[in-house]
Amino acid sequence: MAPTKGLEVNGLSVQFGGLKAVSNLSLAVQHGELIGLIGPNGAGKTTVFNALTGFCRPNSGTIIFDGHDITHKPPHFVAQFGVARTFQNIRLFKDLSVLDNLKIAYHQNFGYSILGGILRIPLYHQEEAKVIEESVRILDLVNLTEHRQVKAGNLAYGNQRKLEIARALVMKPKLLLLDEPAAGMNPFETRELVKLIREIQESFDLTVFLIEHDMSLVMNLCKRIYVLDYGLLIASGGVDEVRNDPRVIEAYLGEDAPWQS
Amino acid sequence: MVWYTILIQQIINGLALGSVYALIALGYTMVYGIIKLINFAHGEIYMLGAYFGFFALTIFNLPLIPAMLISMLLAAIIGMGIERIAYRPLRNAPRIAALITAIGASLLIQSVAQLTFGASFRPFPQVIPFQRIQVGPIFLTNRQLIMFGVAILLMVLLHLIVHYTKIGKAMRAVSMDKEAALLMGIDVDKVISFTFAVGSALAAAGGILVGMYYNRIDPYMGIMPGLKAFVAAVLGGIGVIPGAVLGGFLMGTAENLVVAFGSSTYRDAVAFAVLILVLLLRPSGLLGKRQNEKV
Repeated sequence: MAPTKGLEVNGLSVQFGGLKAVSNLSLAVQHGELIGLIGPNGAGKTTVFNALTGFCRPNSGTIIFDGHDITHKPPHFVAQFGVARTFQNIRLFKDLSVLDNLKIAYHQNFGYSILGGILRIPLYHQEEAKVIEESVRILDLVNLTEHRQVKAGNLAYGNQRKLEIARALVMKPKLLLLDEPAAGMNPFETRELVKLIREIQESFDLTVFLIEHDMSLVMNLCKRIYVLDYGLLIASGGVDEVRNDPRVIEAYLGEDAPWQS
Repeated sequence: MVWYTILIQQIINGLALGSVYALIALGYTMVYGIIKLINFAHGEIYMLGAYFGFFALTIFNLPLIPAMLISMLLAAIIGMGIERIAYRPLRNAPRIAALITAIGASLLIQSVAQLTFGASFRPFPQVIPFQRIQVGPIFLTNRQLIMFGVAILLMVLLHLIVHYTKIGKAMRAVSMDKEAALLMGIDVDKVISFTFAVGSALAAAGGILVGMYYNRIDPYMGIMPGLKAFVAAVLGGIGVIPGAVLGGFLMGTAENLVVAFGSSTYRDAVAFAVLILVLLLRPSGLLGKRQNEKV
């Protein structure tokens, strides 16, 4: 029954004191899918991502990824297991150059020994060259190669978002979680981002699961959508199905269902 | 002696002593850089290091270098132990809680050391025969040279570890952004443990060097150098590794100059005068980056 590939969440609940941030959430994402997670502010979307990546501990439920239980695993383990993510508020190494931001990820996962680093053995130089080559390949993909020596903190906002995605790709993830990737982007940048997400999804054979408020992006990209409200799953299905679901319209009422304007 | 010979002489003495302050300051600054904690138990690790060296030299009759390595290893284990037992459970508590715990850990180690090793001082074995070296009008001792040399060697080693190894790069990543480091598959707990281990090992080496320099060790020897090294770290810019080295050398020199040209009564007061001045004039330290607290 359990899919060999993909993500399966069963009865996930996360509680902060008396507040049920996520209650009894079940969802399944097949390998290669592009799935959206939407909901009004405070619906618990980011908490779902935090639980999936080990940043907060679920109170109950299971998270199965690629047939392995990752429910209570620490974030660095989940990351090595092939689940990468970006944050709603950008978490780059701001004082490092664009290139070094990617190199850190490479070094942690495909590295040489302590002694090799200190003694600068030939292998070190070979690996170093390989790491730079790989990093530049990914930077090319997100069009940041020309900025590779710029400090990450000095990049334009949209480019910082792209760099965060690029850095996530270094981990060679199978599942990429994007938390509001288009937040703060102008319509032009958003269109570029949609293209970029499609591109990386294909070329890296990724499963993409994203949280987004920009409905044009969600409707454009995602084949299926989950809708969360007050921690509860209130709807799921294809774009049109969700769009016309009365419960979804009700949840968004008062802040205007964003696709109706 | 003419005044400038005294000046040069005291600067040299200051650099020798300062190199040990720098070694201790590195531990403060690395730990602060990574978990934003002033590890007040750090001076006690330095004291323990001196005692471990003492026992290795006297009871086990080891030569100096193996004794120093063993002492550094034991200190590293204790440093990691303190982090694991006292600080890790408070990782997400308000910073003041961890700070108070650090002071508690410091007092605890002092008292336990007093109980186990005795309160009176012990003469440190003279493993290296005292020699005076004259260069023109300036006098050096071979112990000063060893102190300075070993300290510099360890600093170079630290530099290589931090900049060229996987764990060193992980340390820098964690100090910049812990969450982002986790995303890169970095085991943050392991990196923090490693940081405590390295800092403690450096402090232990400092303890042995000072034990040899002053010929004596006692359970309270960690208090003053610990505080001075802390000031050195703040002076250089806490969290900045080269800052700790610079601060250490400056503190050692300042102390010697005050003794030479002022009064030895003010030997320890200098450190606190410097601390007050830094906090008033340049709270981020000499090499520290000015930054706004995030709200």
